[in-house]
Amino acid sequence: MTAILQTRDLWKAFGGLIVTKNVNLSLAPGARHALIGPNGAGKTTLINQLTGVLSPSSGSVWLDGVDITRIPPNERVYRGLSRTFQINTLFPRLTPLEAVTNAICVRERTRLNILKRRFFRVSRCSTLIDEAYALLEQLNLAQDCLVETHTLAYGKQRLLEMALALAAKPKVLLLDEPAAGVPEGESDELFEVLNTLPKEISILLIEHDMNLVFNFANRITVLVNGEELVTGTPTEIADDPRVREVYLGKDH
Amino acid sequence: MSDNLAKVSRHLSFLRARERWKPAEIVFWLALVGVYFAFPTSLVFASQILITGLFALSLDMILGYAGIVTLGHAAFFGIGAYAAGLMAAHGWHEPLSGLLVAGLVAGIAGYLSSFLLSRGGDLTRLMITLGIGLLLFEVANSATKYTGGVDGLQGVEIGKLFGVFGFDLYGKTAYVYVLIIAFLLFAFTRSMMHSPYGLALRSIRENQTRALAIGIPISACLTNIYTIAAAIAGIAGALLTQTTQFVGIDVLSFQRSADLLIMLIIGGTATLYGGFVGAAVFLLAQDRLSNLNPQYWQFFLGILLIVMTLYLRSGMLGGLSRLADLFRHWRNKERS
Repeated sequence: MTAILQTRDLWKAFGGLIVTKNVNLSLAPGARHALIGPNGAGKTTLINQLTGVLSPSSGSVWLDGVDITRIPPNERVYRGLSRTFQINTLFPRLTPLEAVTNAICVRERTRLNILKRRFFRVSRCSTLIDEAYALLEQLNLAQDCLVETHTLAYGKQRLLEMALALAAKPKVLLLDEPAAGVPEGESDELFEVLNTLPKEISILLIEHDMNLVFNFANRITVLVNGEELVTGTPTEIADDPRVREVYLGKDH
Repeated sequence: MSDNLAKVSRHLSFLRARERWKPAEIVFWLALVGVYFAFPTSLVFASQILITGLFALSLDMILGYAGIVTLGHAAFFGIGAYAAGLMAAHGWHEPLSGLLVAGLVAGIAGYLSSFLLSRGGDLTRLMITLGIGLLLFEVANSATKYTGGVDGLQGVEIGKLFGVFGFDLYGKTAYVYVLIIAFLLFAFTRSMMHSPYGLALRSIRENQTRALAIGIPISACLTNIYTIAAAIAGIAGALLTQTTQFVGIDVLSFQRSADLLIMLIIGGTATLYGGFVGAAVFLLAQDRLSNLNPQYWQFFLGILLIVMTLYLRSGMLGGLSRLADLFRHWRNKERS
């Protein structure tokens, strides 16, 4: 089976500091793949190279059989690669409805003619707005979709992170610590959403919460010091002595 | 099912209500028409307020909506003013084509300089726009052969509008001319800011990282809006030239850029009307207060600016809409 997202010998160095060392990551279509590793392992740097915010020093990134290493970030989104952020990266003074409609309008830009894009009111794209509303409803955000984003509770903002990424109808979704900072009582809502994501979307999940990782992923890659330590099924990873060493130290 | 339908219409009608022309807006433009009849002796001054308001609207597009800070927006105003002035001084007296050319020239200048701004943060942008403004001022100052330098450009002669309406001493034609152009450009800007493109611009202002992550081509959008804003600023400059039949070098001055920023902030950014309101308040206050004592004007302006930025971040219009919200809230409470 061909991989939907792949890195080939990816290498990134900032001066003498090597943050990504020969990473060969491969996501199968429909994968639930988790990327774990201690702080500073280079997980977010790797994500940034996948989305194109950072360009690698050498090596390449492939999406659906196409080399996208030199393609700018916004065009990678058009090709079906979208992401969420570890720290809420939202539009504080837009309502969730506007924010998601915005993302959908960008996705549908070729279907809107220049007049519609430039001079017609947003509300005239009513099918797109209905779609935005349906997505927000699906993520339990319908009640809050008409107030400015900065007034939403933290957990709701985490959900909006997902909604914005999903609005692009991605083939591959990169989730950068979706549960970061969510208190235990509120995380159920988020886990439920994660579990109901469409099967055809391939997901790369970065997460510290091991419960979530082992429940969600069917493949796990452990990254240490920018290098791939091991990739395998959850059971293989749990039993791997090297992984234990990394997480618990040598003496255990 | 009917419950579901009601909800669907609620979120759509919410957006529609936001985008619709509101009664207050219609009153605003009708009031400007009323000025023509109510203050027939102050039309020259009223035209200048409108021109400055249009200029401030062009700043609102890039500062209020797209979030680009600038201290050199007068560069485009000045380019437009000189373009229209030079044309008229060298034998082309037709006003509408003068506006068009001025807008084009300023737009091209905006397009070229936008590439210096697409990267870099607020400080970089402030310094670059400031630099361009100072540079242009000095160019106009030195090229006395073409611009008249500090003495200003003389011999600007504007023909009759449509060959019928001459520009009179009382500014009657000028006021109507400026009002119509300002309204057309306002309607143009308004529809653009409420379109998907306007939404994309606001999202860039709110968060560039996320805007890029949902696929918005940020540099292209910013280049685009900067060009349009420069063209509108240029048209505003040309309007000043045509209605005063003179170009002073102060059209390019740093003071003009700085005053413009103050007006917009006093009026309220990202409101479309903030520029017009700010220009009116600023110019009227300047006129009245400097009649009392020239120093007092700067003194009061300073106080006003400090108080506004500390306590009324959204400007006068933002303050007004907050008052309106409070009133509505209070009335709903009374009812229930």
